Amino acid sequence: MPADTVISVSGLSKRYRLGHVARHDTLRDALGHKLRRLARLGREDPGRGSREEFWALREVSFEVRRGEVIGIIGRNGAGKSTLLKIISRITEPTAGLIELRGRVASLLEVGTGFHPELSGRENVFLNGAILGMSRGEIRRKFDEIVAFAEVEKFLDTPVKHYSSGMYVRLAFAVAAHLEPEILVVDEVLAVGDYAFQRKCLGKMSAVASDEGRTVLFVSHNLGSVTGLCSRALWLADGRLNASGPAAAVVADYIRSQTEQTRTAFDFRDRGGPERAAGRLVLTGLELNQAGAILHRESFRARIHFRTNAPVDGVAFGLGFCSVEGTRLATIDSDLDGQRRSYPAGHAGWIEVALPELQLGPGRYALDLGARCGDVASLDYLPSCGMIEVQPGPRTSAGAVQIPGGGLRLSARWQESSEASA
Amino acid sequence: MTPALPEPLVIQAGRADRHYWRDLWRYRELLGFLAWRDVKVRYKQAALGVAWAVLQPAVQTILLTFVFGKLARMPDGGVPYPLLVLAGLLPWQLFSSAFSGASNSLVGNAHLISKVYFPRLVVPLSALAVALVDLAILLVISVPVILAFGVIPTWRLALLPLFIVAALLIALGAGLWITALTVKYRDFRFIAPFLLQIGLFVTPIGYRTDFLPNWRDLLSLNPLTGVVNGFRWCLLGGGMEFYTPGLLVSLAATAVLLATGLWYFRSTERQFADVI
Repeated sequence: MPADTVISVSGLSKRYRLGHVARHDTLRDALGHKLRRLARLGREDPGRGSREEFWALREVSFEVRRGEVIGIIGRNGAGKSTLLKIISRITEPTAGLIELRGRVASLLEVGTGFHPELSGRENVFLNGAILGMSRGEIRRKFDEIVAFAEVEKFLDTPVKHYSSGMYVRLAFAVAAHLEPEILVVDEVLAVGDYAFQRKCLGKMSAVASDEGRTVLFVSHNLGSVTGLCSRALWLADGRLNASGPAAAVVADYIRSQTEQTRTAFDFRDRGGPERAAGRLVLTGLELNQAGAILHRESFRARIHFRTNAPVDGVAFGLGFCSVEGTRLATIDSDLDGQRRSYPAGHAGWIEVALPELQLGPGRYALDLGARCGDVASLDYLPSCGMIEVQPGPRTSAGAVQIPGGGLRLSARWQESSEASA
Repeated sequence: MTPALPEPLVIQAGRADRHYWRDLWRYRELLGFLAWRDVKVRYKQAALGVAWAVLQPAVQTILLTFVFGKLARMPDGGVPYPLLVLAGLLPWQLFSSAFSGASNSLVGNAHLISKVYFPRLVVPLSALAVALVDLAILLVISVPVILAFGVIPTWRLALLPLFIVAALLIALGAGLWITALTVKYRDFRFIAPFLLQIGLFVTPIGYRTDFLPNWRDLLSLNPLTGVVNGFRWCLLGGGMEFYTPGLLVSLAATAVLLATGLWYFRSTERQFADVI
């Protein structure tokens, strides 16, 4: 291991046994399962092993030097989060070896351990301790954290009364003041307003360049990966597909994604067992009944889902992003006053129709989500598919010439000429 | 000059973590914070929190005194029956609240376990704090009651902390089993209250073991028996005899429970984040 290597990963693999979650949920099931196996007297069903196993990571190897900022990209379920969880020591690898030099702090979620009944001040201390800071360290940085979060006035208010923006700002402020040698960050910046995201990204890059700290960073926002990271790792189906300079890897990734434009998507195998056991699982998306998607023509999206538990007040959302990952437009059933409730075991679809699709011709990444209440996400699939909007009969020639321009809003125009003197 | 890099930490499948106990020590502040959070949240609505901690044992004292003292006419050996029951209920309350807290601790903190690393033992350990605070409140209220019955505590009161620790260790041992099993098999949630119901009767809360010579060795296998007798010995002055063999059996049972609980917890701990 070279002198300035801080993370060395070799042959890392992680297998999840789906049976543990899906089948042995209750003791009765587990006992029943054991009895059935006993009855078969060891005659294993040959097809079963493959169905119950799921390799989240396979033979991943890479090294990271001190001070590098590494972006990890890949589709949902490609193994990015699993990799971060293993490096953070939350879960154990099935095979392989990691050597880490230095204290690791991981930020896999904003506000882990925040308690709604406790005040902002109390939560700063609690959250800091959970992230591995000492009491003295938190006390020393307390004012700085509060100033960064801009919540001075509400420090003694229970955080359950905070707006979601304030909550996220406070939570991130604590995390941003961690001083580990290695910082591991999952897609946590997706929440929070744009100005605050910029501030956090700035803080992260300052941390890496000024203090020689190493950052591992997962994001679906490819723009922030190229802007922030020196190197990128691309994971696909649990394997390391490419690694190298961020701009080059991101460009390859975008190319591979755009080759896969489709109008029907199946999400049943996405993610791990954790997702499949969620209260509501998004299972598929069909656009325009598999027909072409045309600019300025009608657009229909049919969202397929099933429920594992009763859910109330569900809102569905569909986001359209540029291939770099910037959200350009959002359809949200909540905005249209549509919230629905479903019993456990429900399977079906909900369809949304737009009379006129105003996205200009070009390629877009889709984000699909369902949530209940105001913030609780039931299922969220960022960058879950790529579509191509084609010029329609009502697209003007000019718009065809300049593709990918995002929303093309049709507006009303008026004119008058200055009366000449 | 950049500082020299520390020795690498190795993460590998099935590798026994040599740093576990050192890590546990390093995370002692987190332990404190989690305990403080639980206590704070419980007593947030202070009046109601304290009322609950007091009301339940008060009603139980009256009921058990009536059933065992008046209906069954169990011998009291000269100690006022309500005091006998009260001195038995104090450790029982401590145990049952610590045990249910520890049993629910992992599932109750699932969001932490799946998102942050720390030695998982921190969670059930911190759950014991609420039980201790509850006990402190009960003790403050019980002492005037004991005095009112004309019983003056002696120097033996100074040994009470030993029995408090013993009750916590029993709760921890049993709690480690249940909380680790609950992660994998959620129906163990229903087993903890069930065990507590049985425990209320096989623990000598409503009666004295020294008047049941045929049964007291068998009852001592329940580690709480030693603790209950210890509490009575400490609190109720000269009216209580100390039965050393019984205490030793109870202590041995405690050690077995704690050792196996720790063993099961440690051997399943690394999979918690995957199945929780």
